[in-house]
Amino acid sequence: MSGEVGPPLALLAELTHRCPLRCPYCSNPLELERASAELDEASWRRVLSEAAALGVLQVHFSGGEPLVRRDLAALVRHAGAAGLYSNLITSGVLLDRTRLEELVDAGLEHVQLSFQDTLPASADRIAGLADAHRKKLAAAALVREAGLPLTVNAVVHRQNLERLPDMIELALALGAGRLEVAHVQYYGWALANRRALLPSIEQLERATETVESARRRLKGVLTIDYVVPDYYAQRPKACMGGWGRQFLNVSPAGTVLPCHAAESLPGFDFPSVKTASLAEIWYRSEAFNRFRGTEWMPEPCHSCERREIDWGGCRCQAFQLTGDSARTDPACALAPDRALLDAARERDAAAPLREFRYRQIGAVPAVETRRAP
Amino acid sequence: MNPAPARVIVDGTSRLRFAPHVKFRHDETRGRWIVLAPERLLLPDDLAVEILRLVDGSLSVDGIVDDLARRFEAPREVIAVDVTRMLQDLVDKAVLAP
Repeated sequence: MSGEVGPPLALLAELTHRCPLRCPYCSNPLELERASAELDEASWRRVLSEAAALGVLQVHFSGGEPLVRRDLAALVRHAGAAGLYSNLITSGVLLDRTRLEELVDAGLEHVQLSFQDTLPASADRIAGLADAHRKKLAAAALVREAGLPLTVNAVVHRQNLERLPDMIELALALGAGRLEVAHVQYYGWALANRRALLPSIEQLERATETVESARRRLKGVLTIDYVVPDYYAQRPKACMGGWGRQFLNVSPAGTVLPCHAAESLPGFDFPSVKTASLAEIWYRSEAFNRFRGTEWMPEPCHSCERREIDWGGCRCQAFQLTGDSARTDPACALAPDRALLDAARERDAAAPLREFRYRQIGAVPAVETRRAP
Repeated sequence: MNPAPARVIVDGTSRLRFAPHVKFRHDETRGRWIVLAPERLLLPDDLAVEILRLVDGSLSVDGIVDDLARRFEAPREVIAVDVTRMLQDLVDKAVLAP
């Protein structure tokens, strides 16, 4: 089977889990790595060289907040020298002129900057950090002054979705070329906060109309990426473009994963860059091969005409909702376990909370990850 | 303040180039030409590669069409429609710019 596997397109390099923000939907795992566990600069350089040799074309420097690493510019420079296209995924709050100049000089190609809301007080409350929104606006201006392409990343949910039209205007005013409207994906921290985040169907429908109308109006000016959230979808998304098909993720401690959430899946022995090369891991590890292709699929996926479109959806969601990562993703309307997702949606959308359980290192909220008896 | 942005419409006189921070290069691993853009990868087919190799900011769209019509011995009107459509799409995606 590894004969059919092509090289990966992109590496998500999670340099750290440290972050000044505490967003309650953070995509990092509940068990966050401490600074002492992080790979050192020499190891990251080796990982970047191995990735380029393996055929990776783009690297996404991410976290946590990658700017907490003082060696970020050195790693960007190393990536560029290896032929990789460097993207920075940042909250922006630590970005000042000096750091940005260092990164531009090192060959950074693009910045993706997150915004939590358009109202400063709400944005700072969601981020769990005072004055965060103002710093992000300043960071966006610096990025555009430096001539780098800017993507605004807006994670949307019940508590900010009403301001989606304002977010589109904000992206335009900041000179962004692209806006990612990302509905919260309910894994890890976001799952622990689902009752505070899950939008209503009315909110979702308005948001979808807003995006469709803005796309027509702003064609050629602003590209808007948008995906309907799983909890209201009829078919699952092709998570990461399929397990082990396009992406690999290296965690702060050097664990290599098919997606950033996979570390929470039990029953896996995810390999480490400390003990194997990226090429060995990509082509030969059991973890990367387990859900590759279509052979592993249960019915109704295995005979589904969409099996090579959605690749069976998301393994982490299957585990988090059913307790078994090999089951059909309940985001599919044809899934035997769809009722679990429907019931969770009905319950959480009907009794919303306002309070968040904020992300923090060392706190691990208990999350229901099993099928109700 | 940023000026109000407007869509760029491609016509025969447009002179296009790759937008800043967009890379058109040959990928040795895959043995094909690729376009790298912010968090995007484009895999142009053989004809698209021929067109993109002529995009350098100096040749107009008409000039690109003339060159292709001559080399591929194809009707100019047909090539002009296809080339303009493709270039407009890439301008809309911010891969190419005036």
